[in-house]
This record gives sequence, structure tokens and C-alpha cells, in this order.
Amino acid sequence: MAPPLRREDVAHVARLARLTLSEAELDMFTEQLGQVLEHANDMSALALDDVVATAHPFGLTNVVREDVVTASLERARVLEMAPDAQDGRFAVPQIMGDAP
Amino acid sequence: MKSAARIAREVQSGETTATAELEASFAAISRRNGELNVFLHVDQEGARDQAAHIDARVARGEPVGALAGVPIAIKDNLCQIGVPTTCSSKILEGWRPPYNATVIDRLALAGAVCVGKTNLDEFAMGSSTENSAFGPTRNPLDPSRVPGGSSGGSAAAVAADMTPIALGSDTGGSIRQPAALCGIVGVKPTYGLVSRYGLIAFASSLDQVGPLAKTVLDSALLLEAIAGHDPRDSTSLPEPSPSLVAHVEDGVAGLRVALVHELVEGADPEVLEAVERATAALADAGATVVQLSIPEIRLALSAYYLIAPAEASSNLARFDGVRYGLRVDAKNVTAMMEATRTAGFGAEVKRRIMLGTYALSAGYYDAYYGQALKVRTHMIDAFARAYREADLLIGATTPSVAFAFGEKTTNPMAMYLSDVFTIPTNLAGEAAVSVPFGTGEGGLPIGVQLLGPGRSEARLLAAARVLEIADGRP
Repeated sequence: MAPPLRREDVAHVARLARLTLSEAELDMFTEQLGQVLEHANDMSALALDDVVATAHPFGLTNVVREDVVTASLERARVLEMAPDAQDGRFAVPQIMGDAP
Repeated sequence: MKSAARIAREVQSGETTATAELEASFAAISRRNGELNVFLHVDQEGARDQAAHIDARVARGEPVGALAGVPIAIKDNLCQIGVPTTCSSKILEGWRPPYNATVIDRLALAGAVCVGKTNLDEFAMGSSTENSAFGPTRNPLDPSRVPGGSSGGSAAAVAADMTPIALGSDTGGSIRQPAALCGIVGVKPTYGLVSRYGLIAFASSLDQVGPLAKTVLDSALLLEAIAGHDPRDSTSLPEPSPSLVAHVEDGVAGLRVALVHELVEGADPEVLEAVERATAALADAGATVVQLSIPEIRLALSAYYLIAPAEASSNLARFDGVRYGLRVDAKNVTAMMEATRTAGFGAEVKRRIMLGTYALSAGYYDAYYGQALKVRTHMIDAFARAYREADLLIGATTPSVAFAFGEKTTNPMAMYLSDVFTIPTNLAGEAAVSVPFGTGEGGLPIGVQLLGPGRSEARLLAAARVLEIADGRP
């Protein structure tokens, strides 16, 4: 059985998921997520060591197609809906170092 | 409102036109959409063009499809070229997809007319539409109650006679539960039967697009039109669309039906009573009835609320303010992403992203996500054993009739429990139908659920049709 969820766990997970939480949200989510995880403890008692995990209901593995060039979305149409675009590419704020 | 089957027949024969049927649909929408908040967007121009196109083909004597001129409502997590697609989230507000979902292309081939996009719980996460960033949808049968969710808008569109059919998506019950609460038919198809290409992903190993309709026949017509292999979805079953309409009147004579204890456990007495009457109706129609217990079903909710959020946390990482939708400016790219996601996602979506991130994180992966995947196998095996003793399973779709607004919003676990009977089918990748059968408190509809193994849609719809007749809708 996993240990109970702590407030700092939620703060850590929010950082990983790129979400900013207020103090009140941290309290609320810690309580609510804790309830869901507690409910999930009914699974932990089961001895399932020999059971194989299912990630896909019918066990489909990689599906490949012929390696031929086919039409893709038109670049201009895709960029048209982007928040910012420059020179035919998506544009984003500064990635490295401190902002000027 | 006329059924989809009747509209298509009359459009094909020239008795009515696609344009006339579309205008009737628009009129119904304008009468009640203000009150019910069913449609987030009505595509007047696109729909009128499509209807005119169908009418022109009929006038020229050219063939038109099985859904010729039938107005249809589309859940707003399905991409349609140039039509605003939001997933009821602020993070996608104003986005217009540059491509069609495969189901949208298939509807066009069948001659259906997409009238607009319906409200849902944000990113299909919820059971009441109360998680929509654009306000909840009201239940047309009692506007003080929820329509269910997440496909609440699509269910309400059909229940309010705005369109005879609608598309929804079902990850843990999001077609069947609102169908039950709005008194209509909803089908969760076998995983892989309907293409997910262009369905904005929530939990990819569970999501499936399917029909909502007033009648079983209309559900069959719609499912047949959208099903079948799609090379653009790598999880698509490698086979053509099954024959469903031809089997709707097959009946249940000789079939073995099992009433499953865990699929009614904890349901309101009036719901249990409806399931028992429905089981008796199947017996009257020639089915053999047995009682069965599948204790593994009790673990479904726990496994689901780890697997679905884990997949969601990964799928929703793409909403980062770079390629589409909202961007909140900040001094560097990481701060921009965090500000965008914080402003763009609602509370339930944040809850599930964090739950999923936690379940997948180092140190907890085996205890939570890994164990949930094993429970999933455990459940698939349990269903397989049940299907050696029965051809179909029967139970409730939901524990109660439609609930009131605000009743479950402060307690996520209470809301999650409203999907306790629908989730097992998604985990198993199998098929299920919810069909209205009788009414409960306040005259509100009760949904009975029929479950079958993968690819059993024809059998399920035939059994649903027997219940439809027994419930007084010949």
C-alpha cells in the first residue's frame, strides 16, 4: 500500500504538470486526490504478481504502413491557428537564459 | 420529431427535403437552446450548404446515403474543418480545426447534415456537463436536473427533439450515462470499431465514439455509417463496418442473458426494479435468464481513476500554448506554458492531470498505474468467463435517475461513483448499450444497460430493440 498523499506531493506534481496552484487549491486538491487514491487501495491487497498488464484491450501491437510520402496538413492552415508564428514556424518566447 | 430512418427515407423519395428538415432542426434549437445550453456553436452556413448539396443530388436522381438529409449534433470534442472546436475548454476557445475527424467524413458520405457542436464536460471529464467552461447543459425533461455527461449536450439535443441523432464519445460511460438520464438510446461500441482520428484524446485506450438516438434503429443506422477500419487510427480494428440495421429485429430467442449482481449493486430500488422487469421482458421474448456475480467489477472504478487520468496527463501535455488555442504571455517559454495551462484548464481537468502525473511518477508507478493495468487484465478475464455462461449481461446504466445541479460537484468521488456501472465495459474494450426502460422519481427515465463481448453490437441492438418494444415504443 502506498503512503498517504501529502501537500508537498501535490505541489511537486503540479510543478511537473506545469500548473500553478494557489494555497487554497493545494489544500483542496490534496484532500480530493487523497480520497481517490485511498479508494484505489482496494486494488493493492490483490495478489496479481503473475498477471500481465493490459495497456490495450485487444493487444494490438505496432501498426505500420508503407513507407511512401502522402499528403499532410497544409503548413499555412496549421500556422493560421497558432498563437504566434514566424517564417513558417511556430514562434515561442525565449527558451534559454534570462529574458532581456 | 421524425426519426432519422424516416427522414432519410423521405429525403430519398422526395417527400421532404434536407433543407426543410434542417430548418425544422434550427427552429427547435432556437426555441430551447437559450434555456438548455445544448449547442456551443450552430453551423448555419455549413449545414445549409450541406443540405442544399443533398437536395441537389436527389433532384438530379443521384444516389444519396443511408442518413440522407438527417440533421445530426456533434459533440464538441470532434474536429470539423473550420468549425470552432473547444472541448468545452477555455484552452481551445476560438480554435478551428484544419482537418475533419474520420467520423465527420463518414457522416458526409452517408448524407447526414452536421448542425453544430454540443456542450460537454471539459475534455469529456465529468458526468453532468457541470465541468464545461461555457456553463452546464440542462436536462430537457427537467431543467433543474443535469443531463448527465460528458456527452450531455448531445443527449439533450436528441431528448429535446433538436436533432434525431447525435455523436458522443464514451471513455467511462460518457455516452450511456447521459443517454440514460435523458431517456434515449446510447451505444458504446467495441474499442477500435469506430475511428478515433480527429476525436480530441482524453484516455486513448478507453475512448470510443458512438451514437445517441431516440430509437434503437436510428442508433444502428448511425453506428453502421461511422464504423469500420480507418488507416489513420492505429487502434482501429482491421475490418469493415458490421451489418447492424439488418439485425435490429432479430430478437433474443435462444440467447442466454445474465443479470449481474455487481451491475445493480447500490442502485436505487426503482432502478433495480426496472432492470428486473427488463430481464423478465427478455425472458418473455425467448431468452434464457441466469443470475451471475462478477466480483472483479467492484475494482473497475479504482483502476479507471488511475488509468484514465494517467493517459489524460500525457494526452493533455500537448496544450502548452505553442501550436493551438490559448497562450498567456510570459517572459520565457516555461513560464508561458505554465501560465497558459493554469488559466486554460478548469478544476476537474487539473485534478485528473495531477492524479495521472502522480500515478505515473517515480516511486508510485508500480503501486498505482502498474497495479491498475493488472486489474484491467483481471477484469477482462472475468468478463471472458462470464461470456462462456451468457451471451449478454444486463444491469443498470446509472445508480439513480438524473440528479440535481450542484449535488455532486463538491465531492469528486461522489460524481465518479455515478459511472460505476459503465466503466467496466471501457476497461474491457467491449460493447454496451443503454436503453430507456420505465421511469422513476419525478417521472424521470431509467436506463437499462446491456453488455456484450467485443463485436457483439448486432446482438446488443437486437436485445435493446426487444426492450424498446416491451417499454411501449413499437
